[in-house]
Amino acid sequence: MEKLLFYFFAGILLFAATMVITVRNPVRAALFLVLAFFTSAAIWLMLEAEFLAISLVLVYVGAVLVLFLFVVMMLDIDTSALKEGFTRYLPLGLLVAVLIVLELIAVLGAANFGLDQVPVPEGSDESNTKTLGRLLYTVYVYPFEIASVILTVAIVAAITLTLRPNKRKTQDPAEQVKVRSKDRVRLVKMASEKRQDGKGKP
Amino acid sequence: MAFEVPNMLFALPEMLMLAMCCIVLLVVAFTGNRQINLVHALSQLSLLITFLTVFWMMGEGGLTFSETYIKDPLSDILKLAICLVNMLVLSYSYSYLQARKLLQGEFYVLALFATLGMLVMVSAHHFLTLYLGLELMSLCLYAMVAMQRDSFAATEAGMKYFILGALASGMLLYGMSIIYGVTGELGIQAIAVALDTEELNQTVLSLGIVFLVIGIGFKFGAVPFHMWLPDVYQGAPTAITLFVASAPKIAAFALLIRILTEGMGDMLSVWRDMLIMLAVLSIILGNLLAIAQSNLKRMLAYSTISHVGFLLLGVLAGTQAGYAAALFYTLVYALMTLGSFGMILLLSREGFEAEEIEDFKGLGQRHPWHALMMLLLMFSMAGIPPLAGFYAKLGVIKSVVDVNLLAVAIVAVVMSVIGAYYYLRVVKVMFFDTATDKPHIAATTSMQYLLSGNVLAVLLLGLFPGSLFALCSRIFS
Repeated sequence: MEKLLFYFFAGILLFAATMVITVRNPVRAALFLVLAFFTSAAIWLMLEAEFLAISLVLVYVGAVLVLFLFVVMMLDIDTSALKEGFTRYLPLGLLVAVLIVLELIAVLGAANFGLDQVPVPEGSDESNTKTLGRLLYTVYVYPFEIASVILTVAIVAAITLTLRPNKRKTQDPAEQVKVRSKDRVRLVKMASEKRQDGKGKP
Repeated sequence: MAFEVPNMLFALPEMLMLAMCCIVLLVVAFTGNRQINLVHALSQLSLLITFLTVFWMMGEGGLTFSETYIKDPLSDILKLAICLVNMLVLSYSYSYLQARKLLQGEFYVLALFATLGMLVMVSAHHFLTLYLGLELMSLCLYAMVAMQRDSFAATEAGMKYFILGALASGMLLYGMSIIYGVTGELGIQAIAVALDTEELNQTVLSLGIVFLVIGIGFKFGAVPFHMWLPDVYQGAPTAITLFVASAPKIAAFALLIRILTEGMGDMLSVWRDMLIMLAVLSIILGNLLAIAQSNLKRMLAYSTISHVGFLLLGVLAGTQAGYAAALFYTLVYALMTLGSFGMILLLSREGFEAEEIEDFKGLGQRHPWHALMMLLLMFSMAGIPPLAGFYAKLGVIKSVVDVNLLAVAIVAVVMSVIGAYYYLRVVKVMFFDTATDKPHIAATTSMQYLLSGNVLAVLLLGLFPGSLFALCSRIFS
């Protein structure tokens, strides 16, 4: 039963992941990514990693991907420009991809990573969250701190690259109230144009 | 798992650096760019404090933070080098950035955080900390390269660097996960022990090493993972190219040594062949493509690729002498890069980038002293005695010959002779072509003194390479 469930979720995961990179519409790609995250969360649940599974759904699906969808919807992505050169590079890319996949299968296949090769780790009686929490604040306290620094740098970098003080669009309500119609509308008189080819009435 | 309270004192340099990063960040946040001189001084001060702390704490060392952190002679010397190099980089960059309105607080904040990342990388003894340090450094570098938003070249360079860098980090992580899958360990020391004592699946291990080498090769810019390097070097503002080109290479050296020699030392026969390929291709392609360049920054980028090849020669020898020679090469390379990009910065002024080789025309008549400095740098890079570059090249080639890889050594020697051509071309342009105009030098006097000192250090290290060489050998013994 467990095996069946695993293959079910794994199948959906692979399908969703493939769709993410092949569908034309970026919004659909993002939605397929949601599906991929959900199924991988399900697989983690089957591995008894409840905390990771739940945080994956909460953080990635709940927060990151929703923002991502917003961005994708607001950006005007020219898909034809992205597809440029696709057919030209397809044969070479396909060849390399197939070679890599074959090599990976040869090494990572059942012979080396089969169920009998890798012993099933013993489940612990303790709660997943508790174990993780304790490890993070004791054994992995140094990496944990560095991760927090990386997050700080990420926000500094993002602000550096996007905030431009002198080009900011700000509203000045006083200026807006003071405005008069003649500041905004200019009436221009123009003579009617004649058609160039001379056919029909002007 | 029993938890041992870590010896926090070992990480004092990182902690001080982090505290100073936060202080500078706050100062920038509250004063904007009005107090930029204060920010500059504070940044230099934080590097100096870190430098002195590392220097003061030299000596005893060991693993701490549950074996994720190491303090050993190698980490000490690399940290000293990183702080020193970055201090020089900040001094050289000042007037260049000021003339281009890039002298913003964010530059200093990112530079300091990048330095912190390098320190973390140098002291990391665990895949997790290695990766996090690398990411901390790389994120800052991506942002710095793209900082000149109005320049199309800089934005493109930043984008390229970011995408390829993310891909390489992914490769590195994948390699680490495969190694973890086989050994069940993430700590460098634990992996070394597992490789030594257990019967492990060699095929899977080799696959993991392939991915690790790809990741490391990218960070160094070794062929065939060099595509980003010329574009980033040319596209980024020269001051930032200088930052990207110098200290991160020292940190990357730590990455290489920690993963391949300390962790995978037992797998030498596997990764040696890969490194031979990377090194030989880098030396050949880097030198040949550099000949065709007319832009000095791009030429130096290709010359960097060839230098990386030489550096890898020392590591692939797999002997202690080889590692020491590679360390010597890294340090000398950082000094020479500082000098040569510093020279471009020195000759640049508002609205003019001295980045074409043509721009150095007749420098010998205009500014004989600076031309002499550039001559020394080019000679050193070409590997002409008695300059430091010669001893660096000699050391790595000797270590390769010692392990009977004669063919590799011959390729290296032949290519460095070919490489001498494009370095000497710069010298020829400086001394035998006549200048078209005689612009003044806009750089500050202090920068000119520092740069001269830097170049004279290259000369001194060439005349008396003994002490640094002895230091490097003592670290690997």
